[in-house]
Amino acid sequence: MSQLPARERQTVTDALITAKHLVVIIEGRKILDNVSLSLKPERITSLIGPNGAGKTTLIKTLLGLQKPSSGKVERRQGLRIGYMPQKLNIDPNLPITVEKFLSLANRDKNLINQTLAEAGASSLHKANLSSVSGGELQRVLLARALLRKPQLLVLDEPAQGVDIAGQEELYQTIANIRDSHGCSVLLVSHDLHLVMAKTDSVICLNRHVCCHGNPEHVSTDPAYLNLFGENRPAALALYTHRHDHNHDMHGNVIDGGEGR
Amino acid sequence: MPDFIIAALLAGIGLALVAGPLGSFVVWQRLSYFGDTLAHSALLGIALGLATDINLSLAVIICACMIAILLVLLSKRTKLAQDSILGILSHTSLAFGLVVISLTANNQLDLSAYLFGDLLSIDQSQLLLIAAVVTLSLLIIIRFWHALLAVAIHPELAEVEGFPVLRLQLLLSLLIAVLVAAAIKIVGVLLITALLIIPASAARQRATSPEAMAILASVYGSISVCAGMATSWFVDTPTGPSIVVCCAIIFIISLLPAFRRA
Repeated sequence: MSQLPARERQTVTDALITAKHLVVIIEGRKILDNVSLSLKPERITSLIGPNGAGKTTLIKTLLGLQKPSSGKVERRQGLRIGYMPQKLNIDPNLPITVEKFLSLANRDKNLINQTLAEAGASSLHKANLSSVSGGELQRVLLARALLRKPQLLVLDEPAQGVDIAGQEELYQTIANIRDSHGCSVLLVSHDLHLVMAKTDSVICLNRHVCCHGNPEHVSTDPAYLNLFGENRPAALALYTHRHDHNHDMHGNVIDGGEGR
Repeated sequence: MPDFIIAALLAGIGLALVAGPLGSFVVWQRLSYFGDTLAHSALLGIALGLATDINLSLAVIICACMIAILLVLLSKRTKLAQDSILGILSHTSLAFGLVVISLTANNQLDLSAYLFGDLLSIDQSQLLLIAAVVTLSLLIIIRFWHALLAVAIHPELAEVEGFPVLRLQLLLSLLIAVLVAAAIKIVGVLLITALLIIPASAARQRATSPEAMAILASVYGSISVCAGMATSWFVDTPTGPSIVVCCAIIFIISLLPAFRRA
């Protein structure tokens, strides 16, 4: 055994980001309600939840792009964050190559080529940014986030518009990046059932934190093995979870909750 | 060549050089209505300049800068749509300007010189002011090019990467405001946006990088200034519109390869 997995190598270190009792109200609507979480070094955290659960708002609040109405976000001093936004609407009137786009984050040409290769998009560096496909653009955005040499990589729906095979590949790339860069990853997905097997912990959000836990036991679950077959490398895992409460049609907590 | 022609040429080319990169940003960020709003506010600047008896060029620049700052802050702080804010500021400042001018009852003021430009009547103090504006603007654009580009492409990504986004947006707005205020002398209030977006759009057809587009737009703008002034001189047409017509001709020529391919 040459190397322990990153999450076991990790010693007791303080959190990169800690959010305490975040409430975000936008135009009178409560988007986030009392959300607390902390992100530890070298861990992959998946943030899942249905559409409209406030996932992007939570990420923007953690990144400092959205001011919380109450509660606070504490970032480790000098924390370098690589952010991969959900989409990039590049104006067709802006002629820019992938290489030039990446140089906005870091001007080191060798590093740009190396990072593009790592993100699985080395053939693209002279391509025009507005002409690359959706899946390619995700990889370019991933490369840009990596060029910051981040301690925390925040990926907003990285698998969006990518087919299942592509998703598996992308998730594998992300897991490799965590191991080679030693950075933490916060990953957003709207898919409740598909989460990375590589993920260390899962946060289920529906305006408040419904539940969180590690998906480890799920991947050894007989029902899971039955579904995917024992020999298949589990890049994708099923995450099942039990709520301590239920939701009505509007996502409000109804009976079974811990009395708020 | 008479001195005043040389002065006019220098001023025109200088402003076209700055209009290249700034016009590119206007095109990339769809700010063309922003240029119009600033131009309309210039009339308010003229009115206030007349009322307070300060240098008119300076009054126009100060007024345009204030409108630019107001625009950026209003769009950050309120829920109004960008185009509503622009429309409100644009026409309010225009109306205010016209009302104040009528109150000061200055019959000597040749309003058409501001509406259509009057490059050939440029005097030495105006030339010096334009020279200062051009030099300073070009230095600032070169110094902050990288950061301005990052913000133009994705403000939130730029913010996370540590660029001071709001300050850069203010800087770009102020650069455009000062250019518009200074260029009113050349093409006038009604045509100023043309000098920003037409050369940049023509440059887009050939350019393969943001820098190439900005430089090419400066070149096209300078050619238009020279050709427009020559037309104005020999055929006795109004200078501002002649320059814009030349911009338009260059734009049409730039489109030809696309049509030939099709």
